[in-house]
Amino acid sequence: MNAASVFEPAIGDVVLAARDVVKTYGSTRALKGVAFNVHRGKVTALFGENGAGKSTLMKILSGVESPTSGTIELDGQVVRLRSSTDARDRGISIIHQELSLAPNLSVSDNIFMGRELRTPTGVNFAEQERQTRALMADLEEQIEPGTLVEDLRLGQQQIVEIARALSVNSRILIMDEPTSALSATEVEVLFKVIRDLTARGVSIVYISHHLEEALIVTDYAVVLRDGAITATADAKDIDLNWIVRNMVGENFDLGSPPTGYAFGEVALSVRDVSVSDPANPSTLLVDHLSLDVRRGEIVCIYGLMGAGRTELLESLAGRIPLESGQVLLEGNDVSRQSIAERIANGLALVPEDRQRDGLVQTLSVGRNLSLSSIPAFSKFGWLSDARERSLVDRLIRDVHVKTAGDDAPIGSLSGGNQQKVVIGKMLMTNPKVILLDEPSRGIDVGAKAEVFKLLAEGARSGLAVVYSTSEVGECLSIAHRIVVMRRGRIAAEFGSDATKEMIMAASGEAVLS
Amino acid sequence: MIDAKPKRASSGIANGGFDLGRLLLEGRAFFALIAIIIVFSLLSPNYFTTSNVLVMSSHVALFAILAIGMLLVILNGGIDLSVGSTLGLTGVVAGALMQGVTLPALGVTLYPNVWVVAVLVCALGALVGAVNGVLVARFKVPAFVATLGVMYMVRGIALLMTNGLTYNNLGGDPALGNTGFDWLGFNHILGIPIGVIVMAGLGVIGVLVLRRSAFGRWLYASGGNERAAELSGVPVKAVKVSVYVLSGLCAAIAGLILSSQLTSAGPTAGTTYELTAIAAVVIGGAALTGGRGTIRGTLLGAFVIGFLSDGLVIIGISSYWQTVFTGAVIVLAVLLNAVQYRRRAKPATGSTGGPSPLPKRGEAVGADALREK
Repeated sequence: MNAASVFEPAIGDVVLAARDVVKTYGSTRALKGVAFNVHRGKVTALFGENGAGKSTLMKILSGVESPTSGTIELDGQVVRLRSSTDARDRGISIIHQELSLAPNLSVSDNIFMGRELRTPTGVNFAEQERQTRALMADLEEQIEPGTLVEDLRLGQQQIVEIARALSVNSRILIMDEPTSALSATEVEVLFKVIRDLTARGVSIVYISHHLEEALIVTDYAVVLRDGAITATADAKDIDLNWIVRNMVGENFDLGSPPTGYAFGEVALSVRDVSVSDPANPSTLLVDHLSLDVRRGEIVCIYGLMGAGRTELLESLAGRIPLESGQVLLEGNDVSRQSIAERIANGLALVPEDRQRDGLVQTLSVGRNLSLSSIPAFSKFGWLSDARERSLVDRLIRDVHVKTAGDDAPIGSLSGGNQQKVVIGKMLMTNPKVILLDEPSRGIDVGAKAEVFKLLAEGARSGLAVVYSTSEVGECLSIAHRIVVMRRGRIAAEFGSDATKEMIMAASGEAVLS
Repeated sequence: MIDAKPKRASSGIANGGFDLGRLLLEGRAFFALIAIIIVFSLLSPNYFTTSNVLVMSSHVALFAILAIGMLLVILNGGIDLSVGSTLGLTGVVAGALMQGVTLPALGVTLYPNVWVVAVLVCALGALVGAVNGVLVARFKVPAFVATLGVMYMVRGIALLMTNGLTYNNLGGDPALGNTGFDWLGFNHILGIPIGVIVMAGLGVIGVLVLRRSAFGRWLYASGGNERAAELSGVPVKAVKVSVYVLSGLCAAIAGLILSSQLTSAGPTAGTTYELTAIAAVVIGGAALTGGRGTIRGTLLGAFVIGFLSDGLVIIGISSYWQTVFTGAVIVLAVLLNAVQYRRRAKPATGSTGGPSPLPKRGEAVGADALREK
């Protein structure tokens, strides 16, 4: 483990601190006893992969969530942040990763939302507008205070979000991925603003997937992995390699590509597929992409947020329409078929968001598992309970779902076991091709390894597997082939002998020397 | 043999040992019904007599039939405000058909057979439902608004057809061969009113469909999480249209029974019945967010409302107070639903998957409720 660069600053300059913070969601431990310091008048960057717990930690520091155990100290005093408003009143504000603006209101309405400047007769719109104009001037943006937020492009909306956080004159400002939609010049302006703020004594927590960018602006670097802090350092002493090394850590063994058999025929053939952005039909989220996957082959699709992975997989499964191109399943064009027909023909998708798209929370474990296979245990529309039960019981054994029984409520399972149910549901349909969108999202390392083992077993018996991930360590596990997506296209393809650095460089995440 | 095995998720009864609080909560509609029967029996010797129970049950039947259709819609996460109006329109159309259809082109007046009338009226109800379903599923109009609009339109058509008047004397004429319309409303089989038998029949069909058919599974799945159901290959749109069609069909059946009972058909019949049907579904423990609810609960809910309001009439309480009481029962039911679903939202604590004694009891309750008439 890389604990060589443990870095302990003098206590005096810590303005906000988390002590032994633990946060659990159901049976998932998102944070496992985290100690985190925010330094007065400095930028502290927090690094970590998806699901490492960065956003959870920030939500706790900004009062959005309260820790399961542990304490928050503000200026050396233990405080309980009851809500984000409470935190804001104490001088802590947050710029959320997901924009939290009301699109139907104007820019200045959004900036002053919840703390409108009042006069005895109502709201002082003129003053709000004046202050908004001043903020926009600071940020060097040409945004009229009266414009509706929904009429702004995403980057400008992010600017509004930033302006809102600046407008409350916080002492501590948390920025969760503030630059994800900004152009290069906007990022430069933001960095200038950040330096101005720190010069005035404002403390900043900065989170970003753009490691290089973050390294430019930050004073301290903290790396979070699997809910625990793995390294802390002064930004002067470190480089990108240090961050990446600490982020991905010693590889937990997620398996290796199954070998000892030859791939079969091409099972899935993606030909020149494009998907347009529903919000902006002229942009292509998937841009004329072609890909062949053979029986028994495991392909990993790697890419940053917004690279088009989810859109590609959802369009293959029939969830979103193709703008152009063809999807061939064992040589037959399925691009005009419904989701149900594609499942019946052997093309199944395990969606990214388990809670939203994968599970029916009101149904039991067994009924969630059997939901896609109803034709297999029904005749003329009537179900056979006995056949359903035997199918479900076999699957629970095969995919090792730890459940009190097939009647147990789905919510009683841990995240990893819920994910196995979603995957098992699709395996029960006897697919020829299985697509998995971030199958390891939000599950712990042990469950990850089990999921990958399951996929490797499937591939060995002739299943074509395509999974996407945003964690580079997961590319280098069971995949025979790694496809890197960037802006809707395939940026690079690697064999299983690729390195993390090669993959990250191709995705545009970090250019390592 | 409806159900050999204890029901799983759909019955919504979690595993666990004997727990009085939970028992009362899970079986609240049943206990409420028992309490109502006991209280009114004490207050009036006439309340719990066979003849009165049969009369009350035939009042209940009307709402219960509407509520069965409503349950399907609510399980899907929707709402159908148009059933009261559909009931009115189908009654009026039945009346018009019984009075004879004049074809000016041929100069003849047709008097369709009663069975033909019944089939045509059911088809009309299904058609109104199909309009609702297409508006909601295909055009994504919120169910509340779509069915509200249809509710007004259908009521308006019923008023236009009769100019606001009522068709009386639907008895038919033996000479024309169209007698028998009063059969639904007046006849008994083994002493049980036909309406109650129809309700029981629909209840049994409903239980079978919800528990034993692929459609039932699709309905629970798409009501619980439509996105997940769609990605799992469930034909969510077809399911959505179907529930509104079935709801319209139930409204047509109720319309036939009501106009048969009254041997007259008025265009304002069934006004606000949709709200009573919704209340029955809610009292029966269904969640308005979809995915949770049972036929058994819904029937119990209809009996609670019916037996309560008839009881208040029998002991001579003003109809204004009846309204207040009914409202209070609904509010209480929704409160308890909130308590129950909040409980269930928490993961079950180390319970084992053994069969629970509760569902069996519940089944017996359902059967008792049906046997009572």
